[in-house]
Amino acid sequence: MALPVNLEIAKTHLLSRKKQSIVAMLGVTFGIAMFILMISFMKGVNKFLQDTMLASTADIKIYNDVKTDFSSSVTADYFQDSSQLVVVHHQKPKNVNLNIKSADQIIADLKDNPKVLAVSPMLSSQVFYNYGPVQLNGIIKGVNILEEIRIFDLKDKIVSGRLENLLTSDNGIVMGVGLAKKLHVSMGDMVTLASPAGNSMRLRVVGTFQMGMAMVDDVNSYVNIATVQQILGKDGSYITNINVKLKDLKHASAEAISCEKKYGYKAESWEVTNASVQTSNVVRDVLTIVVSATMLIVAGFGIYNIMNMLITNKMKDIAILKAQGFAQKDIIQIFLTQSIVIGLLGAIAGLLLGFLLSYGLSCVPFPSQGMVSLKTFPVIFEIKYYVFGVLFGVITTLVAGLMPSIKASKIDPVAILRG
Amino acid sequence: MSEILKTIQLNKYFRETEEFHVIKNINMTINAGEFVTITGKSGCGKSTLLYLLSTMDNDYEGEVHINNTKVTGLSQNELAAFRNENIGFIFQFHFLLPEFTALQNVMMPALKLAKHSRTEIEERAYAKLKQMQMEDYALKLSGKLSGGQQQRIAVARALINEPKVIMADEPTGNLDSVNTGIVFDIFKELASKGNTIIAVTHDNDFAERSDRIIEMKDGEIVS
Repeated sequence: MALPVNLEIAKTHLLSRKKQSIVAMLGVTFGIAMFILMISFMKGVNKFLQDTMLASTADIKIYNDVKTDFSSSVTADYFQDSSQLVVVHHQKPKNVNLNIKSADQIIADLKDNPKVLAVSPMLSSQVFYNYGPVQLNGIIKGVNILEEIRIFDLKDKIVSGRLENLLTSDNGIVMGVGLAKKLHVSMGDMVTLASPAGNSMRLRVVGTFQMGMAMVDDVNSYVNIATVQQILGKDGSYITNINVKLKDLKHASAEAISCEKKYGYKAESWEVTNASVQTSNVVRDVLTIVVSATMLIVAGFGIYNIMNMLITNKMKDIAILKAQGFAQKDIIQIFLTQSIVIGLLGAIAGLLLGFLLSYGLSCVPFPSQGMVSLKTFPVIFEIKYYVFGVLFGVITTLVAGLMPSIKASKIDPVAILRG
Repeated sequence: MSEILKTIQLNKYFRETEEFHVIKNINMTINAGEFVTITGKSGCGKSTLLYLLSTMDNDYEGEVHINNTKVTGLSQNELAAFRNENIGFIFQFHFLLPEFTALQNVMMPALKLAKHSRTEIEERAYAKLKQMQMEDYALKLSGKLSGGQQQRIAVARALINEPKVIMADEPTGNLDSVNTGIVFDIFKELASKGNTIIAVTHDNDFAERSDRIIEMKDGEIVS
């Protein structure tokens, strides 16, 4: 193939020092491969955590926050005389109902909101699970299971039984697998639940679920709302939470604020509920970028060194080319082409290696069985990281090659040819 | 005869440790087709003068005109293009690019000039190599050839763009007597064909076979 003369010279230079060219290339290859591996893995972890988190967090959670409002006191009613100053020390909190009043209107209103996909009322309570001599502290969530399924993808999480069993049986309970294991109960067994107020009730296990997080699977159970209302001794309109699923997750923060204003109850978006997960995502992102950039910059220095060495070796040749009438820009082109070719080939090899390593990692079983349930290392494959890797690799080599090339173009031929 | 190269009040100083006036007020004219040798003791400034004429060194005072173009004051890139088309250069130490074949070395200035098609350039390069009796070595890597062979290829390279002026810095300085003889003959033949040659040498036999000898002493032309 007939290349322009400058490119032909670049090609000959590269091919006449194959070993050196390959070493320079490998620097870029490993840099980019590690970049792709790291970012795919880190993003995979982020995505896994976010998915797990969203599986047990509603987009918006509306609830009645415990308010420690001591601004008013019955003492003032007792001392009617307004000329007296009444000071009350050490008030005790009032006995307040944490339910959402007029929950039905709120739910109906939310369902009319075009941004809302699903609404599910919930009533949760602390309970003791008793089975034989075993007594465990936990939480029951009273839900309308059909609504709840629309918010959380519960069907995939069911290990045994069916969620719909809650509808058909009066006193059914769907338990977290961890909890069921601790209590040593299985389908059809009866457990006794005791409320903090001392009421107790016998329920039949009609299913088990696994969310993948020990903090959920070891404590939570689902029952019908009416069951919780009964155990707490409350009436049929007593609701403590309203969970909302939006059509677009991104609007959660804004919608939460408007809900809070509109209904006068605390509304929390998933970002706020899981702030710590979000923070650790940011930390991982920063870490990935810093480490990857460092690796690519080190590869860049490798290229810079090799190009510098090459140019020192080729001083005489550069002088000859200049004597023959090759201009500065020709010399820059000759040497810059070499580093770009090294960068590009290295980057493409890096993509392949990065993909293979990522794929390999995604097949490795994940060792820990504690906090989360995860079969293999979470790795995601996204084209944009590969594009970014090649871009970064080429840009690094371009910058690394540019300085030595400019230096080469400035060589004074007279000084070298005269010896 | 038309003049091909002219200098006006050419002065050069070396300013490294202390100022040294190396080329002093040189006014000279070289006509087209002349075979000129510049001689003198080492250190007299003859090579320095040649590099000034070659346009590679442009740190000087005065003016240089080549082929009716004032090269003084042109930019580096303009000078490079000018050299490519108008000047063929032959050095003392052959100076081929070792990773390329003899043919590639010869073709390179013509490919840079890009006046002719690649096949045409290749034909011309073969013709030049043949003229130097080097056609059998055309596809050999130039780094693998002997000094005399390399120098003949370098001459072929200098001729490829049919330059107005051929400049040579001690072209036989590094060769044995056999190769010196061959290069002598080549130069003489080139001169007889109307090429303008300016060669720096301290080989008196070489100088005596040229049309004109410029002898230098302490940066000035003596005769």
